[in-house]
Amino acid sequence: MTAQDNSTELESSIVQAIEAATNVAALEDVRVAALGKKGSISALLKTLGGMSNEQRQEKGPVFNQLRDRITQAIAERKQALEADALSAQLTNETQDMTLPVEADPLLSGRIHPVSQVMDELSAIFADMGFDVAEGPDIESDYYNFTALNVPEAHPARQMHDTFYFHPNAEGERLLLRTHTSPVQVRTMQAGGPPFRFIAPGRTYRCDSDQTHTPMFHQVEGLVVDESTHMGHLKWTLQAFLAAFFEIDNIAIRLRPSYFPFTEPSMEIDMQCRRDGNQLIVGEGDDWMEIGGSGMVHPTVLQHAGIDSEKYQGFAFGMGIDRLAMLKYGMPDLRAFFDADLRWLKHYGFVPLDVPSLSSGLSNKSLAGK
Amino acid sequence: MKFTLSWLHAHLDTTAGLDEIVEKLTLVGLEVEAVEDPAARLAGFEVAEIIAAEPHPDADKLQICTVQSANGTQKLVCGAPNARAGLRGILAQQGAVIPANGMVLTKAKIRGVESNGMMCSGAELDLSDDHDGIIELDKTFDIGTPAAVALGQTDPMIEIAITPNRPDCLGVRGIARDLAAAGLGTLKADSLSPPTSNGQPSPDISVSGDVCPVFAGVLITGVKNQPSPDWLQQRLRAIGLKPISALVDITNYISYDRGRPLHVYDADKLTGGVQARQANAGESFVALDEKTYELTADDCVIADEAGVLGLAGIMGGLASGSGLDTVNVLLESAWFEPIAIAMSGRRHYIESDARYRFERGVDRHAVTTGLNLAAQMIIDICGGQLHETNLAGQEQVAPMTLDFAPAKVKALTGLTLDETHMQQILTDLGFVVESGKTWKITVPSWRPDIEGQADIVEEITRIFGLENVPVEALPMRHDVTRPTLTLEQRRVHMMRRALAGRGLIEAVTWSFISQADADLFAVADGLELANPMSAELSHMRPSLLPGLLAAAMRNVDRGFGDVALFEIGQEFLAPTPGAQRLAASGVRRGHHAPRRWQGAPQPVDGFGARADAEAALAACGVEASSLQVLPPQSTWYHPGRSGILARNPKQPMAAFGEIHPAVLKHFGLSGPLVAFEVWPQTVPSGNANKGHARPPLDLSNLQPVRRDFAFEVASDVASDILVRAARGADKKLISEVRVFDVFQGAGLTEGAKSIALEVTLQPVEATLTDVEIDAVAAKITASVEKASGGKLRG
Repeated sequence: MTAQDNSTELESSIVQAIEAATNVAALEDVRVAALGKKGSISALLKTLGGMSNEQRQEKGPVFNQLRDRITQAIAERKQALEADALSAQLTNETQDMTLPVEADPLLSGRIHPVSQVMDELSAIFADMGFDVAEGPDIESDYYNFTALNVPEAHPARQMHDTFYFHPNAEGERLLLRTHTSPVQVRTMQAGGPPFRFIAPGRTYRCDSDQTHTPMFHQVEGLVVDESTHMGHLKWTLQAFLAAFFEIDNIAIRLRPSYFPFTEPSMEIDMQCRRDGNQLIVGEGDDWMEIGGSGMVHPTVLQHAGIDSEKYQGFAFGMGIDRLAMLKYGMPDLRAFFDADLRWLKHYGFVPLDVPSLSSGLSNKSLAGK
Repeated sequence: MKFTLSWLHAHLDTTAGLDEIVEKLTLVGLEVEAVEDPAARLAGFEVAEIIAAEPHPDADKLQICTVQSANGTQKLVCGAPNARAGLRGILAQQGAVIPANGMVLTKAKIRGVESNGMMCSGAELDLSDDHDGIIELDKTFDIGTPAAVALGQTDPMIEIAITPNRPDCLGVRGIARDLAAAGLGTLKADSLSPPTSNGQPSPDISVSGDVCPVFAGVLITGVKNQPSPDWLQQRLRAIGLKPISALVDITNYISYDRGRPLHVYDADKLTGGVQARQANAGESFVALDEKTYELTADDCVIADEAGVLGLAGIMGGLASGSGLDTVNVLLESAWFEPIAIAMSGRRHYIESDARYRFERGVDRHAVTTGLNLAAQMIIDICGGQLHETNLAGQEQVAPMTLDFAPAKVKALTGLTLDETHMQQILTDLGFVVESGKTWKITVPSWRPDIEGQADIVEEITRIFGLENVPVEALPMRHDVTRPTLTLEQRRVHMMRRALAGRGLIEAVTWSFISQADADLFAVADGLELANPMSAELSHMRPSLLPGLLAAAMRNVDRGFGDVALFEIGQEFLAPTPGAQRLAASGVRRGHHAPRRWQGAPQPVDGFGARADAEAALAACGVEASSLQVLPPQSTWYHPGRSGILARNPKQPMAAFGEIHPAVLKHFGLSGPLVAFEVWPQTVPSGNANKGHARPPLDLSNLQPVRRDFAFEVASDVASDILVRAARGADKKLISEVRVFDVFQGAGLTEGAKSIALEVTLQPVEATLTDVEIDAVAAKITASVEKASGGKLRG
């Protein structure tokens, strides 16, 4: 047998062995058996040393090419085996990515609609220059009635179903404020004109049905300076309602009425349309009463220590819960205070949904529904 | 206040239709609450004639009538004694709703005979009390004429809401006056010629006390009391009043027509003269509502020499009232102080039309007018002889006058109106205006609500039309909107979003709770309502937790066992205005999440509640590291699994922990249930004058070094002691100390626990050498061992 014949046979047997290697370790064995110090190809190459120049010139390139081919074949096989191994590993590591992930508390928490609407009110009225004032829930007869020009025995007191406390040691009967209007007097007493503020808060009346609860929320607005008149009131209400309901325009109707603390006094009606059970605000030719308003009664200014000859202004009041119901469509006021998790999750707002005038009051993309 | 269109027409000459009138009423401040068309109730009823009537085979009192209607003939069974051939009456067809009882008429068999439709009585149509027979019409109405037309039921009823300042509109004439002033026609002139008397005396009338300054009375003898004429009955029925007898109906009519309450006494039941006076303590009387009222000296009564006849201005007495047998009557017209009547009515819980009007203010100058109107009607309807009127006290008093600057209209409303127009409006409303630079205005006696210039402005603008007020923007306060919230309001805003961001759901619960719940949370004395809505809502809440616990219980009962609720609201500390405290409180029950595939969900615990409280405080600008965890101060927490967060134990900023099992039991709840309460007003305000720039950031290039220590300490030693001791060992070098393991059991002495700390050393000047690190470690060990009484574990 010639070395040539021998090398051909050797190559085919090594190539067979490479192909038969099913993993990197087996392939390494093949590599060592062929190309290692004592490998078959190394041995073949060593035979070149014992050859004549002539022979060497003939066999040298043949053997070296054989070595290169085998080296290459092993490298390729190794790459293929590694790719298979990785592929097998990945297959092995597969997870069911449809399994549920943990709920984000940022998305499961909720803000109560009353709070959200209060934030909306603050944002809108801040833009119109109104501060936010507050006052106590437990009130004296003086601040709730007398200072607001509702003397004892006045029939208007019967318009308010007042919760009273038992007379105290001084014989005084305190009460739960029936409206946020006492905040007007307290805030004016504590400062000096001009005034421009809203006063949102809890109010109380002995009443309960689908649209009345013994506790509810009101927002009061007051502007007092030397020149504010009813035209400004109209603008304020119109601008507020359009901003609140997030529509371009809304018609309002001021309808003469009576409140002891304002003169002239007006109910506020806003334009709406009824579509089945749904109320569409700012369209149509129907009216819906939304609150009361008027020019602050001189007697109220006097009780607040303000010169009623020099200063004048307007006040208005609206139900916050009612505003929420009209905007967000809750049918029953009583549910507001029941803390039913299902109701709160449905009608509540996610904490990131912060009302702002620049991004919109009710950021619908964050509403989660 | 209700009236009909035709009644209004009795006072108002107008071509305006119903819709126009209704709209104008609302625009001038007389809000229309309802308009009822009586014809609507009579839809399905028509004129028909009985053409044949034969006896019912099985019933003596029934007849089988053949009735001719517009649609042909039909047979029906009728029990009316007056049913007969040739009678033209009102037929109800199948499907008609009977006004008296709301029943729907259906085809029926009556004693075996099929009956198709019904001939109606006045009572069935709710038009009279006549049950005895069916309605008989004259033949002027063709068969098929709608019943509403044949019966004159075409007069729409209008109901308006009268605000307490407008007693003048508690009479139809006052409403007509407003409409006339607003340009909807003219007010008809009043024919007020006093009726002629026979010159004979009436009983003596006298007044004493301040409540009744004027009282007129007149005797009418020989009257025949009887049912009122149809027109009067119809008007009263249309506004929901039940006709009783002419004498009573006339006083009711004047009350609604003029806003002038009157009273009629049976003169034969009186003893001597009649007096308006204060009641004597101990007096009592039986009123028309058949109840006995015990009077006080603050009540004004009408009395004769034998005793109290009635409670003045509120309700007459049963004994002296008129009946159908009354022959001689004393007619009363008086005026009472509104406040006295309001108090008296409130004292005795009597609501009546008279009280309603007197407490709002009746026209004092119309005492005699009202008396004369009623006397004339009595004589017209019941006959009789009018005696001389007696009037005690003084009817006419100086009218209210006031100075008015016409410029006030523009100043208060922004409206520009010419002076003639303004004067015309006032004159039409009954004011007398003397013009000049300032006007001298005399207020009509029926307008007790007019007190000042603003009232005059209101009169002018409401009649002129508020829709004409020009819209004008409020001037801007600042070029760019400035923040308007106070520090506390901002904190509330931040806390709310922070807590909701932790997965808590905001609730709004009642400010009042039951006494049992309030007591459990140490409610202060005096916070009980005198007139609560119910026993469940009787006490002002001393804490938000009882409301939240009750809410948790309701949700658990609905099948939702994992609850995470919070509320931000007021707690009430004492029955004084301002003795309330803002709190942000929450409860968590069950688990933080539903069951999940990663492993069992974490049950809620006191540490989670503390984390909630710390998050709320962080939203107020308080760093948790500045707070100490101290033992609880409230009885509603588990004493060993709760605490307060405070810088000063006397003023906790928050409380947290597991709720006491006894409290859970009270609410019907089972655990695990934890709660927190945060009081933002306890957080001091920061320095508002600090600039916006942050302190410079000093970053070290030197790597921090971490070392772990485990100490064996007695099991009641708080980990906080170890952390603080470690941190204090070298304040410059130690940047953080963290508890990373706590355990009890194997390998430890009985009654001991192991606490492991990871301490981070941040070198400042140069990398630490092993010697330096060992030195710090020794200091930490010594410091912790000293503070905790424990030992470093080998």
